[in-house]
Amino acid sequence: MAECFVAKADELKEGERRIVIHGDHEIGVFRDKGELHAYSNYCLHQGGPACEGLIIAKVEEDLRPDKTSKGLIFNTDEMHFVCPWHGYEYDMKTGECASDRKLKLRRYEIKQKGDDLYVVV
Amino acid sequence: MELVSDGERRVSVDELNTTKLLAHAAQQAQQRKFDDIMIVDVDAHHYENENMGEILPFMENGVLKQLAMAGRGFGRRMLVPGQVGYQDMGGRVPRYPLRGSEKVPAGGQRDITLGLRWMDAMSVDYSCLFPTGMLNIGLHPQKEMEADLCWAYNRWLTEKVLPESGGRIFSMLTIPFQDPDEALRHVETFGECKGVTGFMVTTVRHNPVHDNCYMKVYRAMEERGLALSFHSGPNWGESVFKSCNRFISVHALGFTFYNILHLTNWVVNGMGERFPKLPVIWIEAGLAWVPFLMQRLDHEYMMRSSECPLLKKKPSDYMRDMYYSSQPMEIQDMKAMECTFRMMNAETQLLYSSDYPHWDFDLPSTISDLPFLSEKAKHNILGGNAARLFKLPPRNEKQKENLKRFGNLVTA
Repeated sequence: MAECFVAKADELKEGERRIVIHGDHEIGVFRDKGELHAYSNYCLHQGGPACEGLIIAKVEEDLRPDKTSKGLIFNTDEMHFVCPWHGYEYDMKTGECASDRKLKLRRYEIKQKGDDLYVVV
Repeated sequence: MELVSDGERRVSVDELNTTKLLAHAAQQAQQRKFDDIMIVDVDAHHYENENMGEILPFMENGVLKQLAMAGRGFGRRMLVPGQVGYQDMGGRVPRYPLRGSEKVPAGGQRDITLGLRWMDAMSVDYSCLFPTGMLNIGLHPQKEMEADLCWAYNRWLTEKVLPESGGRIFSMLTIPFQDPDEALRHVETFGECKGVTGFMVTTVRHNPVHDNCYMKVYRAMEERGLALSFHSGPNWGESVFKSCNRFISVHALGFTFYNILHLTNWVVNGMGERFPKLPVIWIEAGLAWVPFLMQRLDHEYMMRSSECPLLKKKPSDYMRDMYYSSQPMEIQDMKAMECTFRMMNAETQLLYSSDYPHWDFDLPSTISDLPFLSEKAKHNILGGNAARLFKLPPRNEKQKENLKRFGNLVTA
């Protein structure tokens, strides 16, 4: 197990990410809503750079009690990062693919040592 | 640069760099030793609408050229019917909004530079270049404008673009299908041009492909040893799709709908019997529709053969005589995919295509990683079938060896 430097903790600001490469590992490290998340940067679809695309809220359909639709809305409680190759969306908190929760990006452990952030590979 | 997210939030992004974006594709190519396999992409695209300043001066009719060119000075850009569409998925596929930001060396054709960048990343040796916006040319209300725009585009492509690719980018040229006489003139004029391997009919249209008026066009292609391709597309304006409220619905159905429509007319009217030496390729509708249509047509043919007296075998047999581009590969159920490959004789009839840079592109690994394919089938589909069809030479000794090994080496 190796620890790979990501950034100074205060340099990875809210909403930002870093891509860390260590050997065969490419890892996207995000800070979202104050929490840190680290996932494999290889999309489960065709291997695109899953962590390098847009970060965008989950889209939901707003239904009334009678099941009629009020339309589409963003739910900012669930943020997604999107593979820029084909648009596969991943749940920021879990790394699950939004369109099939059985598919999940490899998650990496993050350690903070003093002011420095590391991922464990 | 900034992209918009969640409707309001601004996200800073770097300028587009195709080589960097496709770095993982290059890794795949290296891991799979794609350099040793000749890979031909039979369906890649450029955005010809961004080159209208160079294309329109090639128009022939002075009045139509005036109509086309005069409006550009004050921002009227739409010369080909446009459509509502969200291919970029609201910025989730950022190479759409960032396309203009990519830097290329001064001089030379930007589209060739970009094309070679993604080809090199994917280890694609040759690609067949098609337009994007002009895939809607069949909806143009003026057949004479369709003809003149096709003429101008084809002259620009054959004179200014393809010659800069070092022989790696070829095309099947868009023909003005609303005007069969003009379509024939295109075949006669451009059929011998370097880099032209055939002609393409955009399928988003209502012209019956079996109409007598087209027989001279098909004959001219067949006599010249050229291919005929049908390139599909979506059309939210099509009456039957007006009930759709999401682009996914129109896109998923539209491509298959138009190919199913035109292929049915092609087969039922015995075009395979009339032009047995004309290679016909059905492009960009995926594969899942093929076994459906084979079963559907065969079933009805067994009862209603009197309506298609030119047929000497089942419709599915004629379908197996034709070629299909691979993208978008609907890899969801591997058993279903295997069945599809078997039913269409994929080993000899399927041609790899990327559709790059469009949003649902496929890498060569979508073929090479299929667990049920033989080595021969992989080599054939990735490039061997196209090498035979378009008479393309290998680019290195290992490719030559592999083409020879699987019977795909064509000597000029």
